[in-house]
This record gives sequence, C-alpha cells and structure tokens, in this order.
Amino acid sequence: MSEALVAVEAAGADITAPAASGARQFWRRLRAQRAALVAAAVVALLVLVALAAPLLTALEGQDPTTYHPGLVDSARGGVPIGSLGGISAEHWLGVEPQTGRDLFARLVEGARVSLGVAFAATLIQVLIGVTIGVAAAMGSRWLDQVLSRVTDIIVALPLMIMALALLAVVPASFPRPVLVALVIGLIAWGNVAKIVRAQTLTLKGLDHVAAARLSGWGAVRVARRELLPGLAAPVITYAALLVPTNISAEAALSFLGVGVKPPTPSWGQMITAADVWYQAAPQYLLFPAGALFTTVLALTVLGDGVRTALDPRAASRLRVGTGRARKEDAA
Amino acid sequence: MNGFGGFLLRRAAGTLITLLAVSVLVYVVFYATPGNVAQITCGPRCSPEQVHQVAAQLRLDDPLYLRYFHFLQGLFVGQDYSTGTSVEHCAAPCLGLSYQSDQQVLTLLLAKLPVSLSLVAGAMVLWLVIGVGTGVLSAWRRGRLSERVLTVLTLAGWATPVFVLGLVLMIVVCGELQLLPFPQYVRFGDDPEQWAWNLLLPWLSLALIEAAAFARLTRSAMLETLAEDHIRTFRAYGVGERAIVGRHALRGALAPVIALNANNVGSAIGGAVLTETLFGLPGIGQELVHAVKVVDLPVVVGMVLVVAFFVVIANAVADVLYALADRRVVLA
Amino acid sequence: MSLVEVTDLTVEFGALHAVDGLSFTLEKGAALALVGESGSGKSTVAGALLGLHRDTGARVGGSVLVAGTDVTAASDAELRGLRGAKAAMVFQDPLSSLDPYYAVGDQIAEVYRVHTRASRRAARARAVEVLDRVGIPDAARRARSRPHEFSGGMRQRALIAMALACEPELLIADEPTTALDVTVQAQILDLLHTLRQENGLGLLLVTHDVGVAAESADDVLVMRHGRAVEHGPLRRVLAAPEQPYTRELLASVPRVDAPRTAPAEEAGETVLEAVGLRREFGRGRRAFTAVDDVSLTLRRGETLGIVGESGSGKTTLGRMLVGLLEPTSGTIRYDGRAHSGVDPSVQMVFQDPASSLNPRRTVGESIADPLRAKGGQDDRAVRERVTGLLERVGLEAAHHDRYPHEFSGGQRQRIGIARALAADPRVIVCDEPVSALDVTTQAQVVALLDELRRELGLALVFVAHDLAVVRQVSDRVAVMRRGQVVETGPVDEVYENPRDPYTRQLLAAVPALDPEVAARRRAARREPAPA
Repeated sequence: MSEALVAVEAAGADITAPAASGARQFWRRLRAQRAALVAAAVVALLVLVALAAPLLTALEGQDPTTYHPGLVDSARGGVPIGSLGGISAEHWLGVEPQTGRDLFARLVEGARVSLGVAFAATLIQVLIGVTIGVAAAMGSRWLDQVLSRVTDIIVALPLMIMALALLAVVPASFPRPVLVALVIGLIAWGNVAKIVRAQTLTLKGLDHVAAARLSGWGAVRVARRELLPGLAAPVITYAALLVPTNISAEAALSFLGVGVKPPTPSWGQMITAADVWYQAAPQYLLFPAGALFTTVLALTVLGDGVRTALDPRAASRLRVGTGRARKEDAA
Repeated sequence: MNGFGGFLLRRAAGTLITLLAVSVLVYVVFYATPGNVAQITCGPRCSPEQVHQVAAQLRLDDPLYLRYFHFLQGLFVGQDYSTGTSVEHCAAPCLGLSYQSDQQVLTLLLAKLPVSLSLVAGAMVLWLVIGVGTGVLSAWRRGRLSERVLTVLTLAGWATPVFVLGLVLMIVVCGELQLLPFPQYVRFGDDPEQWAWNLLLPWLSLALIEAAAFARLTRSAMLETLAEDHIRTFRAYGVGERAIVGRHALRGALAPVIALNANNVGSAIGGAVLTETLFGLPGIGQELVHAVKVVDLPVVVGMVLVVAFFVVIANAVADVLYALADRRVVLA
Repeated sequence: MSLVEVTDLTVEFGALHAVDGLSFTLEKGAALALVGESGSGKSTVAGALLGLHRDTGARVGGSVLVAGTDVTAASDAELRGLRGAKAAMVFQDPLSSLDPYYAVGDQIAEVYRVHTRASRRAARARAVEVLDRVGIPDAARRARSRPHEFSGGMRQRALIAMALACEPELLIADEPTTALDVTVQAQILDLLHTLRQENGLGLLLVTHDVGVAAESADDVLVMRHGRAVEHGPLRRVLAAPEQPYTRELLASVPRVDAPRTAPAEEAGETVLEAVGLRREFGRGRRAFTAVDDVSLTLRRGETLGIVGESGSGKTTLGRMLVGLLEPTSGTIRYDGRAHSGVDPSVQMVFQDPASSLNPRRTVGESIADPLRAKGGQDDRAVRERVTGLLERVGLEAAHHDRYPHEFSGGQRQRIGIARALAADPRVIVCDEPVSALDVTTQAQVVALLDELRRELGLALVFVAHDLAVVRQVSDRVAVMRRGQVVETGPVDEVYENPRDPYTRQLLAAVPALDPEVAARRRAARREPAPA
C-alpha cells in the first residue's frame, strides 16, 4: 500500500526496449500469468458490483440509508436481532448494529465509493503528473528546474497528513467523495511526474525521435507520434499500482473520520464503527475489512501482472543466473 | 572528497529551499482555503460581533503575505501574542498559538513527540529487519516453495491496511487470547519494560505493513542484481552461492532500500497516525486528528510543517547515504 | 593429456541449437581462436568450458574436459574448484563484469581466498601483485579504487589480473577487446601475448574480429550456426581458406592497408561547410568541450570519413552537422547559406538500427515520414515511393507493413537508409552505420552506401571508429582526437603517410590480418614506452 515503493521500483524500469507490437503481446504476456488472470476477474467483478450497486440493492429490496430500529435489540445496546448479525432473506449480510441499516447495501455502495474515489484520484494524479513531467523534460532548462523543484516539494508532502488537514478546512457543503478524490489526486502526483520526466528524457535521447525531427515534422507532431506512445507503458504500469494505493488512502481517511462521511457508506468508515462491536457482531467488521483486503490485493496482483507484461526486464527477472541466454548467441 | 563536500553543500541548500517552499505552500493552502476561519473557530453559535473579535485577535484581516511574514518572524525570532487579557511571548521557533487552548503549538507538539518517536523508531527497526530479512530469504530461496510462501505473505501484508491489521491484532491478542492488556502508553523514563510491552502491538502492526514493501523491494532489487553481468563473473570464478547472494546481491539492494526508507517516511508517518488513533496512543498523530476535527488551524499547520520538515530532512539524509552507498551518484 | 578436450558438444536453449556437435582440443600453452559472427554460438562454447550453463535451463550434451575435470559430470563443488583456479575467464565488458560497489583489489582478493584459504592480508597482497603484473601503475593504491574510477583499458587489465590471481592453466577470453578503443585493444592483446609467453597459459580467444584472432592465436576455428566450418593453423586458414564461408568472411573484412577501390569522380560544388564549430557540455567546473574549433567542407559526390576513438567528439560533430545539436559557437552552411536547426536535405543514418526505428510503427510508416512531412502527395503516391525505396535498398515491397523487430540488424540499417533517402537529401551523415553489424553484413551496407552516393550524387559524411572501414569508403578523411581534427586529407595519403603522431599511433594499433606483420608491429609497439 506504500506509494513510495511503487515509485522506487518504477524509477528503475527500463523502457528503452519497449514491447514490440504493443497490445497483442501485452495480452499474451498477461494471460500467461495465472495469478494476474484471477486478480483481473476479481477486479472485473468488483467493478461490476460497484457499477450495478443501485441495481443490486434494489434486487435485495433494501437501500443503504434506511434505519431499521426493529431489527436491533435496543436492550442490549443495539445488537442485531437474529443469528449471524441478523442475516436473513431480506438482509443478505445482516444489519448494522444500533441503526439496523442493511449491511449488504452499505457494502456494495461502499464499493462504488471506494473504487470511484480511487479511479478518479488516479486519473487526476496521472493527468497532472504526465503534464508536469513531459513539460519539465521537453521545456527549457529553466522550466525544468522550476517544475522539478515543485515536484520535489509535492513529493515531500506526506499524503495522509496533508489530506487529513485539507479535508478538515474545506466546507462540509462540498460533496465528500469528490473532495477526497480531489485531495488525493492533487497531493500525490509527484512521483508520477518524476517518473514521466525521467522516461521522457530517456525517450527523447532515442534515435528514432531524432530521425523523426530530421524528417521535417514539427515538435508537437514528433512528441505525439514518437514520445507519448513510449510513455504509455510506464504510465499504465504506475497507474495500475496507484489504484490500490488510493483505495487504501481513502479507507484510511474515512477510518479517521475525515474522508467520506455518513450517511454515504465507505468501508473505512464502517471499520471504525465496527471497532467496538467485534464481539457482538463480528460480521460487521469482517465484511468491510475483507472487502477492502480483497480489493487492494486483487488490484495489486493485477498491477504486478500488468507491469510484468509491459516491462520486459521485470519478466526477465524470472530467469536468473549466469546462463541467462547470452544476448549475442541466443538472439 | 572535494566533490563530496560540494555535493553535501548543494544538498543542504536544496533542502533549505524545499523547506521554505513547503512552508509557503502549506501556509497559503490552509489560510486561503474557503470557509471563514473565524466563524469555524468561534463555533456555529457565535454572533457576528464575536466572530469579528476573533478575526481581529487572529489577525485574520491582514493580507495573507503579511500573516505569512509574521509567521516566519515567529519562527526565527519569536513573537508576542495578545490573548485578550494578557500578552504572551512565544519564543523562536514559534509555530503560533492554538486557537482552542491558547497553548503554544510547539509546546503541544513537544509534549506529544516522544510517543510518536517511540512508535516510529521502534517500528522502523522492526520493519527494516523483517522486511530486508524476508527479501533476502526469498531472493536466496528463489524458485522454491519457501519463496512462494514468503511472496504470498508479503502480498498479504502489502494489501492489508494498517488499521485493519492493528484491529485484528488487538482483538485477537488482547481481546480473545488476553496475552497482553490493551495498550496504554507508558513513558520510557517511568518503566522501560512496560513501555516496550505496551508498544509491542502498535510496533508490530505498523512494522508488518511497512515490512511488506521492503521485502518486495529487497527481493526484486536482489534478483535484478543477480541477473547482472558481474554476478556471472563471480560465478565463473568459483565463488559460492552464499557469498554471491549475501555479499554481492545484497550490496546491490542497499541503495534502493535506503531510497525507499526515505521516500517511505511520509507514508510511515501516515501509518503512525492511524496506529496512534487505533491504539489510543497520545502522539502527534492523535493530536493532529483532534486539531483537524476542531479546525485548530495553527496546530494543524504547525504539525504539517513539522512532519514535512522530518520528511524533507529524512530525504536529504537518505540522499547523502545513497551517495555514500553508490558513489557514482556524486559524479553523475 | 590436452588442456581442453571438447567432444561432440551440443548446447540447446529451448528450440535453439546454439552449439551443434562441436569438437576440438587445445594443448597446454597453445592458443585457439573461436571466430564467428553473431549467433554462431562461439560465446556459448566459452561458457560451456566452465559449466556456466548448469541450472539455467540449457541442455548440454557431449563431453567437455578442462584441465582434467569432466565439466559435464563434475559436482558443483568440483566445478567451483575448476572455475577461476584452473581455468579463468575474461569477459567482454569490463565495467559491467566487476561489482561496482567493491574495490577492485577486494574483488580479486575474494576470488583468491575462495580457492586458497589465504588470510585476508595475504589475499590483498596477492591482488596488488597481480594488478602490478598486468601493468596497473601504482597498484597498491589503485587496488582500493572501485571499477568506475578506472578507464576502460585499466578495467580490462584488472579483470585479467583477477584471472591470473590463482595462476590458472587456461585463460578463456570472450571478446576481451570489443568494448575498447583500438589503441587500448593493442595494449590488451600485447598483454595477453606476454602472459602467454611468460606464464605458459593456454588461451581460448572468442572473437568476431579476424584481426584480433590473427594477432593472438596459433589455431583458428571458424564457427557458424553452432558448427565448426573450418579448423586449422591460423596461418594456413588466413592464407588459403578451404571453405567458401571462410573465404566470404575473410573477403568481407575491411583492410586498413588496401587503397580505396572506388574513388569518387571529380567532386562537385561545396554542399556543406562548417566553420569553427565548437560544442561544450555542462557548466562551471564540470564543463567540457566535446568539439573544439572544427572546420570542414563537403563537396557533392564525395565521402568524408571522420575517424576517432571514443570521446573524440566525432558523434557530437555529426549531430551538429545535421542540426540535431546546436553548436556553442561556429557556423554551418548548407549550399553557402548559414543554417541552424534540422533540414530535410541533410539526413542521418544512425548507429543502432534498433533504437533508430520506432518499434510501434511499421517500417513503411517510418520511411514515409519525410514524404508526409513535405506534403503534396496522396497516400498512393507515398506508398509507391516508399515501396520503390525499399526495393532500392535491397528489401522487398512486402516488407512495407512489418514492424522493426521482424528484421535483422542489417535489414534495419537498410530501412534507416531508405528513410534518409525519402527526404531527397543532398547530404547524409552516417554515424557509425555499420559498427553494430557483422562483417559480412557490414560489407553489404557499405557497398550500398557507396552505390547510392554515386548514383544520386550524394555527399556522405562517414563517422566511425574503425579505421579500416573508413579507408574503404572515404575519399577524404579527418582524424579526430579530444574534440579537434588532428589531421585531414585525401584518404590514401593520410593512411600511407600519416603526418600526425596520433594518426601514426592509431594506424599502428590496428590488428593486422597477417601473423608475421602482427608480430613485427607488436615488436615495434614495445620499442617506445607504452602510452
């Protein structure tokens, strides 16, 4: 869940020998990894659940915000009535202690919030990072100095602390999930910019870029045709590993009570609330914690798979040893 | 060595500039955000006159640059504050006064710092040992069952949020098995043994999560080194596997591990905030969460700056260590 | 018993038969050169002698006996006892072959201790001793330096010192001079020769360069596709090759002593002129001048060779001539008019055919770039022209829609030439266009460039480190050293009667194809103190 690791690892990635015929080879390499395939299936399922959340809750016949005081035992402090936290045909995963809100509905709505925030934040990070990184690498020496310094400063800002503080000062009227996505996106783009800058500089030095310049094309066309496609692989790799990081960040902020706020459901927030109920209603803690764990794990494994499929060097790590087929003789 | 001295100087200058820029950014972001600070500080039931009074007291009517200047002044030479009835002197480095308690932010911070330092320093030792150890082991046993087990464990650690792991540990160890009492902070000076026992679970939950990152990195850096040409040289000269992994491959992983430990300070502090909140440790993190909830801006800004300060300094130190670990950096 | 006995060796990587039924022997103190082009399997053989293919998924068959050890059957411990102690290997790239993090002396000492159980102190003393032996000045101090603090030649000496540490009977040198400049190469080859004479080492030299083999070996084994083509005494094979492939290989090797075969007819008007070109990199104390006050002219229909060792500034100069780099000072004139920036009429052919083509675009698209940039032609006309160009450079129309990775190095270089031609250039600057290619391919590409020059009246600038190739293609030549042109003139004149001492030194260092000449030159090199 540490973005720092992703950054350190990605900084060493080699893109000077990019995958030859792009998409097809990528799929072939991705499909060769069983773990990544399973993870992809889990992620696809999660995305489906998130997209179809209203449909699913409608199917169950519940919604995430209605209180059901009749389903909790107020005499025992609000413990759900019935076995396993009140699991029944009406409430598939039982109900929340005290309020009696439907757990299944809150869980799937939570998936929507969690994935939505994470993907939106990743998009913002990538957009800012790529813009700043490419500008620094392509612009004048002076622009590069300024942008690199700004990037250093952004990298120095600790995400959790800044987000925690920022989320406190923005008026409550601002829609919360959008705000969380914005805050994560606006603070944690530094490493994307650093990686993009380094990769752009490498790509810029490649001869086919020089050759395109000699053809008589303008700078914009050269950048679009020769540079940007080369950036796709490292950016996709990094973005794929940023998504689970952002999921964790959102959950952590909500856990601290400054992220997504009730009544909007969020896994992090549910875990905080479940803290004191673990003995009376363990499923209240288990479901959101399990969902969070599964999501981050699946996205991470998928991200690793994407990296292996895109970065030939990562793949070559699997074949270690002296006899690594000698370039000259085995080629 | 001349080159190295120059490198140190350049790094120090860069660090200073970064710190100043961070302070400007943080200050501007927080004090220029929408929302009436005076209104929030005073509370929703304040009358307009009261709000105005608070604004005047907090110098909220001054232009932003002037307030930042005062802030810097406080930082370097100290500052006097009127708290309505009396004047309080806040000596340099002054981070201002809390809106809530009128206490000096620095005093508040210093009171909480030992708790956070205890937590982070202890956890760091653990995560470096566990993480790098796991990484070395899985690089050495590569391709065998034990490596796969370690890889799965690492992934699980990587994917678990620190607050979930902490919660589970607390429920299982303190709640169900009752091996330990629920943690309560004991000062090191009062009882070192109790200090350690009480911090054990917070250390573990923070360290295990962070260790996963180090295990991943150590393993991949070592495998990468093992694929390099100079490893082939030593194999071709009859050097055994143990020396190759333990001496040459590990040395290659040193620089990236240092880089990660620096880059990671920010995220580790984030983890510390969560850990403190979860275990109820009265550290900086808990204070920050509290200050955020009551919108005590001077405390928030002060804390953010202090944390950023630590991160920037850690990065600078790591840069120097990195350069020492890999002298070629200085020349590049 | 022979030092090395290889019988029916096969090495397979998956479906690839890298070595396919190879047999040879090497007597104690003798020297055998394995010569072949890329993909011939020669380096794989070198690795097999030390059992380096074990546990890598490669299948090794046949038998390999080295200094009495049966490599294919030996236990891991026996194998470790062989490696470095009885047979030691020197690799191609001395920088990546040493651990960047440890002092050179410590690395040698580590290897020594593995085999002798000597004390740390004794091992360190031994390291200094062997470093001194291979000619590292001030060895005691230099032993504490790390590899990046050494020059390329010094690093290769250090690696040879490591090989000598345990006094092996066999030295396996895998392209030991390929990464080095020609003058340094001569020093290393001389060192290997001395060591053979004085220590009685057996030498197995793996090389693509027939000249290097001629300088160092008694016997030669020519390999192709994992098999032996011809095996015999060096002198006989060089003088009277029996196999067609050997003949072709030898015919392709450019000779530094052969006059230019197809000189340009009367050169035309001046198309490119550089006056006082200068280029600095970096600032402040780290600033260095890559090109320092270079002036030259290029006339229609001629080839100007620019030759120099690494760091001489020849590549920087080439990039300035085409406008990819701005000179710090000085002017470039195209057709008499001062010019800055790129211009389609001045094109470039790059060294690395792999990185000079965009891997994501078909070669047809890449070649069409200059045509589309100029505009005014519809898609069909562009395609027709591109197809014509492909055929002109010796490829097929069907190659239009393929991607670069589907081509061999030589074919890619042809594609690069086609792309340069698409712009209808008057000048083409070729930056080491053949140095990444095998000699047979090299000869074909050089011939193609020469043909195009004559046919289209092009002016060529041919930048290269290989003195022989430069002589083969150039009408005039400029010799560069440390950013400056030290000597310039008609090619045969410069090569026959070099005026500058540096030019003389360069020419004396080029390996000769005749062992007699090589021996004479080696003696001559030993006369003055080594530079």
